[in-house]
Amino acid sequence: MMDVDVNEAGLPRVVVSDPAAGFTPLSNSPPQGGRGPVGGLGEGGSETADLDGALSPLEGESGSGGEPPREGALGAVLDDDATLPTYSFAYLDEQTKRMIRRAILKGIAIPGYQVPFASREMPMPYGWGTGGVQVTAAVIGPDDVLKVIDQGADDTTNAVAIRGFFQKTAGVATTTRTGEATVIQTRHRIPERTLEAHQILVYQVPIPEPLRYLEPRETETRKLHGLEEYGLMHVKLYEDIARHGHIATTFAYPVKVEGRYIMDPSPTPKFDNPKMHRSKALQLFGAGREKRIYAVPPHTDVVSLDFEDHPFRIQSFSQPCALCAAEGVYLDEVILDDRGGRMFVCSDTDHCEERRAAGHRGALSGEAL
Amino acid sequence: MSAVAMLPDAETERPLLKVSRLSHYYGARLGCRDVSLDVYPGEVVAVVGESGSGKTTLLNCLAGRLTPTAGSVEFRMRDGRLRSLFGLTEAERRLLARTDWGFVHQNPAEGLRMTVSAGANVGERLMAIGDRHYGTIRATALDWLARVEIAADRIDDEPRSFSGGMRQRLQIARNLVTRPRLVFMDEPTGGLDVSVQARLLDLLRQLVADLGLAAVVVTHDLAVARLLSDRMLVMKDGTVIEHGLTDRVLDDPREPYTQLLVSSILQV
Repeated sequence: MMDVDVNEAGLPRVVVSDPAAGFTPLSNSPPQGGRGPVGGLGEGGSETADLDGALSPLEGESGSGGEPPREGALGAVLDDDATLPTYSFAYLDEQTKRMIRRAILKGIAIPGYQVPFASREMPMPYGWGTGGVQVTAAVIGPDDVLKVIDQGADDTTNAVAIRGFFQKTAGVATTTRTGEATVIQTRHRIPERTLEAHQILVYQVPIPEPLRYLEPRETETRKLHGLEEYGLMHVKLYEDIARHGHIATTFAYPVKVEGRYIMDPSPTPKFDNPKMHRSKALQLFGAGREKRIYAVPPHTDVVSLDFEDHPFRIQSFSQPCALCAAEGVYLDEVILDDRGGRMFVCSDTDHCEERRAAGHRGALSGEAL
Repeated sequence: MSAVAMLPDAETERPLLKVSRLSHYYGARLGCRDVSLDVYPGEVVAVVGESGSGKTTLLNCLAGRLTPTAGSVEFRMRDGRLRSLFGLTEAERRLLARTDWGFVHQNPAEGLRMTVSAGANVGERLMAIGDRHYGTIRATALDWLARVEIAADRIDDEPRSFSGGMRQRLQIARNLVTRPRLVFMDEPTGGLDVSVQARLLDLLRQLVADLGLAAVVVTHDLAVARLLSDRMLVMKDGTVIEHGLTDRVLDDPREPYTQLLVSSILQV
């Protein structure tokens, strides 16, 4: 059930209440006690109109993920009983979420194309995932299970904070298990476990423009994308080989999406690039400060750029994970002492935990650390 | 053997670039007016005149960098058809600009990427037209650096560390690597000292002859025009006041202004 308030400016303010979704606003410490929806268009609404179905475009978005439209994915829950403190489901007001969903739909329709959107101020600093959080807020529904990782780990500050944020503002279930999550927000890694069609991977992107450091003018880079003039991108790879003898770019390694747009995969290690290729999961990218959203729909070609005589290669590690003995995964180096002791462990903490639960043991897993 | 000699006669007899009644105004101010000009394959045309006479405006219009207020610029494509420059899509025009054309700026910093190595500067056009083999790109870059007399061990240095003359030579190599048919040059020797100028001119003459390039050279230096060009245009206040074979114009100037220009050359 939805109501629309119309304020003095004649702009509708959509207020949705959906008790069936099972979410009630938290009574403890609401972000905007007693006021209208956060970021709402005004207080002075008196007329109401039924706008049922007006927000239907979302269904197309879920559909492209190869799943049935998720019930209540729209998910705004608001109590318009003025006596209760209220705020929008998942923090952002409904109009903002619609705007972001439009940008996402456009991004899905044009894989790899950077769609400008009216990025909002979020209660966190730029560079901490404001873009990813807005995309997550726009796609998450009450039935979703959220996982947030930061450099592959579920227990780092950024991941814990964002997970807590959505627990509080959307009341969604959270998990650290990749297999159980339906929405995964990530900073700089793609989980080791292959993602499935019902999952959405949301990337936090600091700099969406892959050509930025070669051509600082945004007007020019947009033209280069529009005209598919990508010689410049290979200039960067050429420079790598000339200086280091091999392509030394190890993260934010540029990819070509569906044979058309060159895209920055966000600062994931190039180890993860092959996972993007024809992934079953929908991949969404949000850059808050730069106000850009882009997307890789499921089953889309994502090809890393290279030279014929210097083909793309991912990093390889000489030893397995010290805790779970996994091979062929991305490892972090952990310094153990000040005498040169170090270990290499899975960067994907959930993957490591699951393997250890299944009985895998690495060289150092018996030691107290 | 020059490339011109290998072309069938019919090719050299048809103009490569055809400019008719070209005018460009900056708002109410005149840039250039009513310029008509044909450039034939393998021919170097110089545009001379004092600063502010509309030379650079004309050049920018010819190279598609400015849209003229009136008149037309047509270029003969590789398929032999003459096509209006401004009837092309921007994508086609830009493709033309990085394959069949070159543009040598007066200030090399405008024509080069100062933060990437000399080799990448030369290789960029190759990569832009789809060359994806590092080895061949590098070999081509080395070959071109040698042609413009830049030592092979400077290939991985940034142009920032190059002298003015080296930068200009690198810019020329970068432009010629795709074997363009037409090169635009805006004061190619401006700001260089005389001995460096002389070597650069020597190099340009040689390259133009070897590759059978057509070129439009804008310069205020009559000596440059005399050395490089077959024909020349003299511009004043945005219009062409005299044109003809370079030797004729310089040895027997007809217009008073041209006579003044020629007589103003410093005799050492």
